Amino acid sequence: MSSNVRFTDFKSDKQPTWCPGCGDFGTMNGMMKALANTGNSPDDTFVVAGIGCSGKIGTYMRSYALHGVHGRALPVGTGVKLANPDLEVMVAGGDGDGYSIGVGHFIHAVRRNIDITYVVMDNRIYGLTKGQASPTSRSDFETATTPEGSKQPPVNPLALALSAGGSFIAQSFSSHAQRHTEIIEEAINHDGFSLVNTFSPCVTFNDVDTYDYFRDSLVDLGEEEDYDPSDREQAKDKILDSEKEYMGVLYQDDDAQSYEQAHGVEGNMADIDTDGAPDGAMDLVREFY
Amino acid sequence: MHEDLNWAIGGEAGDGIDSTGKIFAQALSRAGRHVFTSKDFASRIRGGYTAYKVRTSVDKVRSVVDRLDVLIALTERTVDENLDELHDGSVIIYDGERTEFSDFEAPDDVTGLDVPLKSLAEDAGGAIMRNIVALGAVCEVADFPIENLDESLEKKFGGKGEKIVENNKEAARLGAEYVEEEFDLAFDFDLETTDNDYVLLNGDEAIGMGAIAAGCKFYAGYPITPATDVMTYLKGRIENFGGHVVQAEDELAAINMALGAARAGARSMTATSGPGIDLMTETFGLVATSETPLVITNVMRSGPSTGMPTKQEQGDLNQMLYGGHGEIPRFVLAPTTVAECFWKTIEAFNLAEKYQTPVYLTADLAMAVTEQTFEPEKFDMDAVEIDRGKVVDEDEISKWQNEKDQFKPHAVTADGVSPRAFPGTEGGVHMSTGLEHDELGRRTEDVDVRVEQVDKRQQKVTTAEEEEDFSYREFGNPDSDNLVISWGSNEGTLIEAMDYLDQEDVDVRLLSVPYIFPRPDLTEDIEAAEEVVVVECNATGQFADLVEHDTLTRVKRVNKYNGVQFKADELADDIQEELA
Repeated sequence: MSSNVRFTDFKSDKQPTWCPGCGDFGTMNGMMKALANTGNSPDDTFVVAGIGCSGKIGTYMRSYALHGVHGRALPVGTGVKLANPDLEVMVAGGDGDGYSIGVGHFIHAVRRNIDITYVVMDNRIYGLTKGQASPTSRSDFETATTPEGSKQPPVNPLALALSAGGSFIAQSFSSHAQRHTEIIEEAINHDGFSLVNTFSPCVTFNDVDTYDYFRDSLVDLGEEEDYDPSDREQAKDKILDSEKEYMGVLYQDDDAQSYEQAHGVEGNMADIDTDGAPDGAMDLVREFY
Repeated sequence: MHEDLNWAIGGEAGDGIDSTGKIFAQALSRAGRHVFTSKDFASRIRGGYTAYKVRTSVDKVRSVVDRLDVLIALTERTVDENLDELHDGSVIIYDGERTEFSDFEAPDDVTGLDVPLKSLAEDAGGAIMRNIVALGAVCEVADFPIENLDESLEKKFGGKGEKIVENNKEAARLGAEYVEEEFDLAFDFDLETTDNDYVLLNGDEAIGMGAIAAGCKFYAGYPITPATDVMTYLKGRIENFGGHVVQAEDELAAINMALGAARAGARSMTATSGPGIDLMTETFGLVATSETPLVITNVMRSGPSTGMPTKQEQGDLNQMLYGGHGEIPRFVLAPTTVAECFWKTIEAFNLAEKYQTPVYLTADLAMAVTEQTFEPEKFDMDAVEIDRGKVVDEDEISKWQNEKDQFKPHAVTADGVSPRAFPGTEGGVHMSTGLEHDELGRRTEDVDVRVEQVDKRQQKVTTAEEEEDFSYREFGNPDSDNLVISWGSNEGTLIEAMDYLDQEDVDVRLLSVPYIFPRPDLTEDIEAAEEVVVVECNATGQFADLVEHDTLTRVKRVNKYNGVQFKADELADDIQEELA
């Protein structure tokens, strides 16, 4: 890790092909700033992404990265982190990627509590496939595939994370650059699985969950003096509040043991003896006598 | 006197069939006898017929046969299930005090020994030891020194304390004494012991051991019969070598975790069976396109769909060769014996890293759950070689950077293999993707770059065909006009079948092929033969199709797909029929 790293070091020379005004620009900038502010360097950072607009992030950032298949980014991140716990592993996904096709992986990554930071660019729509309902779309939101609204309640990712034993649950908004960066910094510094559900408006296909909507409606818990993120009951009330939406760290359990701690996973698994079988391997044969 | 003994214990799942069988198999192995075990089990946890069979000889044994000399029957169904295999002189050990055996009569010419297994076990300290009483009875029947059981009992029950071990030894002795005192019978068996050292293990265990020997540190898998033993073997052992096992939430997660670990630089593996391969196929393409070294073990069972999860088949060959959309360079290895499972696993890791591509390693159920004895030298760890391929460190990285100091993970090279930088390597920063990409790993739809990258990936196969030795194993008469070709676990059965054929004055040349892709060119061998028979456990002859494709010659086929592996005498008959 180097203290001389600037956030622009995490920027690649590729120009994003996101639509002008897309919320993903702000989400990504916050990720890069937070990585630099927490003392990480591109050489020691691994970013995993799935499919969709969010999946493009690995191309626009500069770090070790893998752009995988739809919904499977968290298992890839899990493998990377366990194989080399020294790496800073950040997983980026979209609401479709993470809460629809990948929702099973999401629940299990949360309950494993592996030390990775999961940033979900939640625009409540499928963007890259041109405007279908996503799992976080409102039930009355009309799209190409739900002309009369989906008539199904949206997934509440924060509630899923809390019920699965999540140890860091946060919500952010890409347009609040400073706050967004702070929240991701806290997520990186948290020792365990960190969810940052980031509202990242789609200016092309979603005219309901807009910049104006989030700017006007989001309540920042960081500004509420009596809010204690370590209080699970308080967090539950906020997360299940159907009247309001919140920003900030909703829940954080600093005492939760990470997967790596619980299983004694340490060391870089890339290091192996190239002279032959590892020392002590003959004992494996003796077991079968 | 019989030259070998065919023994079985059968009952309901949950009766302790497996552990009893294993104790006896280990005792025989420790007494310097060769052992070959097979299991007949149903896909349920309790109830249903299940059996553990042991064939043992002083000579090497490589297959199961249709003959049963001694049978411990814990249920009457066990006798019914094995009636065809019992013969004049066979012995059945049963407990007449059990309700269903109260008026049991052994079939004609078979000796039934009514041993009060349960009450003798209770005398020794607990009814649970009734199977051990039966083992003691077997020792007396087979003239096998009962002391040989002791070490196996210590190994099995040592963790539960000295008292339990002693009780079990006592139970065995009570069983032996009962037979000696109550029955005035002379049996034909005389199990010779030797000073030979053997190890006893199955294919799944050999694959797990091979993985550790090869430096594999990461395993992610999802439980599935009959591949789960690979995971249970690694768990608790790989940690001693700095590794870790994750039981993933599904097969999709398993292969993606393994992919992530591989990209982080670890030697990484997953194992599953056909239905799991279906689920993994999505990511298989990503593994190949992102040029990530990964070993994927497929322990085949009867398909399609859920098929017959506990039954033998070699039906997934086409799945492994062609599975996935688009065109995917890959290797497919198929070890032919339990010992070869060990060596091919190591080779799989070397090929994966040398060519930065996924490798399918496939065993079939019969080999995966079959235990066999081997000389420990067959697993000589000093002979293990590790080749990690083109890994570059900080010092060499500049050679693989462009003018903007960007690393080229998909650099086009003459051999098709690019440099590999593990995360953490200064100057090696790069991304990789399942999208078509340029040398930097960045998405492209440029027609020339597309062709260049496809050619580059395919070149790896060509390079490997030139550099590696993808040959066959050969047995029998090299000059015979009769050529028999097999792949996977049928090798051992065929070697024994050749003895039967020999008795009929039929000689054959046997080629056992452990490489499905790339595979040896058999054209010359086929042209030199008059008759060619391909043997495999599937209905359509998937390997025979490949042989015909490669050699432009029609071949004859012997196929079995009822869920049961070939038996040597049966196979000899089938081959002879094709040759006639």
